[in-house]
Amino acid sequence: MTMTEQVLAGHAGRKTVVPGDNIWVDVDILMTHDVCGPGTIGIFRKQFGPNAKVWDPEKVVIIPDHYIFTNDQHAHRNIDVLRAFVKEQGLPYYYDVGTDKYKGVCHIALPEEGHTRPGEVLFGTDSHTCTAGAFGEFATGIGNTDAALIMGIGKLWVKVPETMRFEFEGPLPPYLMAKDLILHIIGDIGVDGATYRAMEFAGDGVMSLSIEERMTLCNMVIEAGGKNGMIPVDAVTEQFVKSKTGKPYEPVQDNPGARFHSVRRYKSAAIEPTVAKPHSPDNRATARECHGIKLDRAYIGSCTGGKLNDFVAAATILKGRQVKTDTYIVPATTEVARGVATTKLNGETLLETFQRAGAKIAQGASCAACLGGPSDTFGRLNKSEVCISTTNRNFPGRMGSKTAQVYLASPYTVAASAITGTITDPREFL
Amino acid sequence: MQDSIRGKAYVIGDNIDTDQIIPAKHLVYSLSDPEERKLYGKYAFSGVPDAAAGLPHGNVKFAPENDYRSPYQIVVGGKNFGCGSSREHAAEALQIAGVQAVVAESYARIFYRNVVDGAFCMPFESTQRLITEVKTGDELEIDIPAGTLKNLSSGKTYRLRPLGDVLDIIKAGGVFAYARQAGLLKT
Repeated sequence: MTMTEQVLAGHAGRKTVVPGDNIWVDVDILMTHDVCGPGTIGIFRKQFGPNAKVWDPEKVVIIPDHYIFTNDQHAHRNIDVLRAFVKEQGLPYYYDVGTDKYKGVCHIALPEEGHTRPGEVLFGTDSHTCTAGAFGEFATGIGNTDAALIMGIGKLWVKVPETMRFEFEGPLPPYLMAKDLILHIIGDIGVDGATYRAMEFAGDGVMSLSIEERMTLCNMVIEAGGKNGMIPVDAVTEQFVKSKTGKPYEPVQDNPGARFHSVRRYKSAAIEPTVAKPHSPDNRATARECHGIKLDRAYIGSCTGGKLNDFVAAATILKGRQVKTDTYIVPATTEVARGVATTKLNGETLLETFQRAGAKIAQGASCAACLGGPSDTFGRLNKSEVCISTTNRNFPGRMGSKTAQVYLASPYTVAASAITGTITDPREFL
Repeated sequence: MQDSIRGKAYVIGDNIDTDQIIPAKHLVYSLSDPEERKLYGKYAFSGVPDAAAGLPHGNVKFAPENDYRSPYQIVVGGKNFGCGSSREHAAEALQIAGVQAVVAESYARIFYRNVVDGAFCMPFESTQRLITEVKTGDELEIDIPAGTLKNLSSGKTYRLRPLGDVLDIIKAGGVFAYARQAGLLKT
C-alpha cells in the first residue's frame, strides 16, 4: 500500500484498503476557522442538539485567520461565534484574536503548534488543509456539513484515492523554490489533473527540501484537484515535529509493493523559474517568457508563500534595492512575523530590508488579500490591477476585483519583479 | 426522491471555482439566520466575469436585482465545476437561489462532496460537453431514473452518467441521514 492507503486503512481498523473503497475513518484532528467555523457550529447544534458536546475537545483546533484586520461587523460577529463556542465546549486549542495566543494562517499555525503529526488523519474546513501532507499524514479540506459530523462522532467517510507519484531528481538550483516545482507540475497535469487522487512527492530533490518548502508542494495539490498531498517521513520531518509536540505518532512509509496511478520523474535542474498566468494555476509559463509584463502590485504572503523561508528568499533579492511597484508583505503567522523582525541577513533584519526597499508591511498576520476578503483588506485588488503573488490561486476575482489579473510565482520571482516593476526572472538578481 | 427536475438553464464555462460561485467578501453572512442567508442566493455566481456569465452571450445576471431566487433552476457547467476553496457556502448558495440540479462535465471533489453530503442539489455529470449545446434560458428536463437530460427548447436528449456510490447518500438525504442509517449516529 502507498502511504495514503496505509494511513486510511489504519484509521478504519482495516489491514488493507484499495483505491475506490468507501470507508469510515477515525479523525485525529479537526481544524476550522472564522469563515467556516460558524456554519459548522450551526449544523453541529442543529444535528446533535443545543447541548451537544464535541467528540473530543483535545482534537478540535480552532484558528481564526481569514477576516481579522477589517472593520466588517459581520466578520467580527463570526469571531464572537467561535469564542462563545470554545468557551461553552471548553476547547483548549483556540488561538483567539487580540490575545497573545493569536496565530494567523491556520495551515502554518497547525504545525507551529504541534497539531500536524506523521501517520495521522487531519480534516479542516479549508481546501489548503492538504498542506499538512508535508508531515506524512493524510490531510484534506472538507465542507461545514462534514466538519459538523466529525465534531459529533469523530469519524468521516472517505473514498480511498489512487496515488500519483512525482519524483524530483537532484537538489534544486539556487534560483528555484518548491513553488516553481508545483507550478510546473500543475502546468503538466492541469487544474483537474489529480482530481480524486493523492499526490505523493519524492526523490532526492524533494527530500533535500526544508519542511517549509515541502509544505509549499503539498499546499497546492488542491490546485490540481488533488485530495491530499504526501511526502515521506525522514529526519527533517521528525526533527521538526518533535520540536513542536511530545505527543506520540506512528509514521508510515510506502510498502515495496505499493501501486501508483502513475509515476512522473523530473530533473530538478531542468525546471526554470515558473509562473502561472491569469486566470488559472495551470496556465504555465516561465518567468523568462513573461519578461517585461508590467505590474501594479507584488504580494508576498499566505499559507503558500508567507512562511519565514519565503521572506528570507524575498529579502535575499530585495536587500539593498528599491521596489518599483507597490509591494505587500504579509507574514502568515505571528511566529513568522517575529521571525521577519528578528532574522538577520548580512547584519540587517528581514523587516529592515523590506522597509528600506519601500515595501508595505502588514500590521498583523492573516490570510489578508490572498482570497480578496472584505473590501478594506490589506493588499486587496480593488480594481483592474495586475499583480504578481506568492499565493495559490488566480481564478477571476480571487484577490478581489474580477477584472484584476494575478500571476502566481515563487518569492524569488515576485521579489525580482517588484524591483523592476515588470515580471522578471530571479536569476537576474541572484 | 423526485423522478424529474424541470427548469431553465444557466450556462457557464470550465473551472468555475467557488470564488466565482460566491466571492469571498460575502462569506461573512450567517447561514443560520433565515433572512440573512438569502444574501447567498442574491450573490450566487456574482464572481463570474460578465462576459462569461450566462453563455453563449454572457452578461446574464444569475439572480435578478433585489431578489435572492434565480429564474434558473438548472446550472449547466463545463469541466472541474466547483474547484478551489472548500467553502460549503458555494453549494448552499445555489440551493438558496433555487437551483435543483447542476449538470457539469466534471466536478472538483470538495464541492461535489459538499453538494452530496449537504443534499443541496443533484450533481449530475454529462457524457458530453453540453455548454455548447445548451443556451442560457433553454427549458430543460432531467429524467432521473432514465439518466437523461432533454433540452425542450431544441428537442435534443443527452445521456447523464449514473450517480454511482453517492446515490445512497443522496437518497438518504445527506450525510447525517446516511450516518444514522449506518448506525453511526444514535440521535
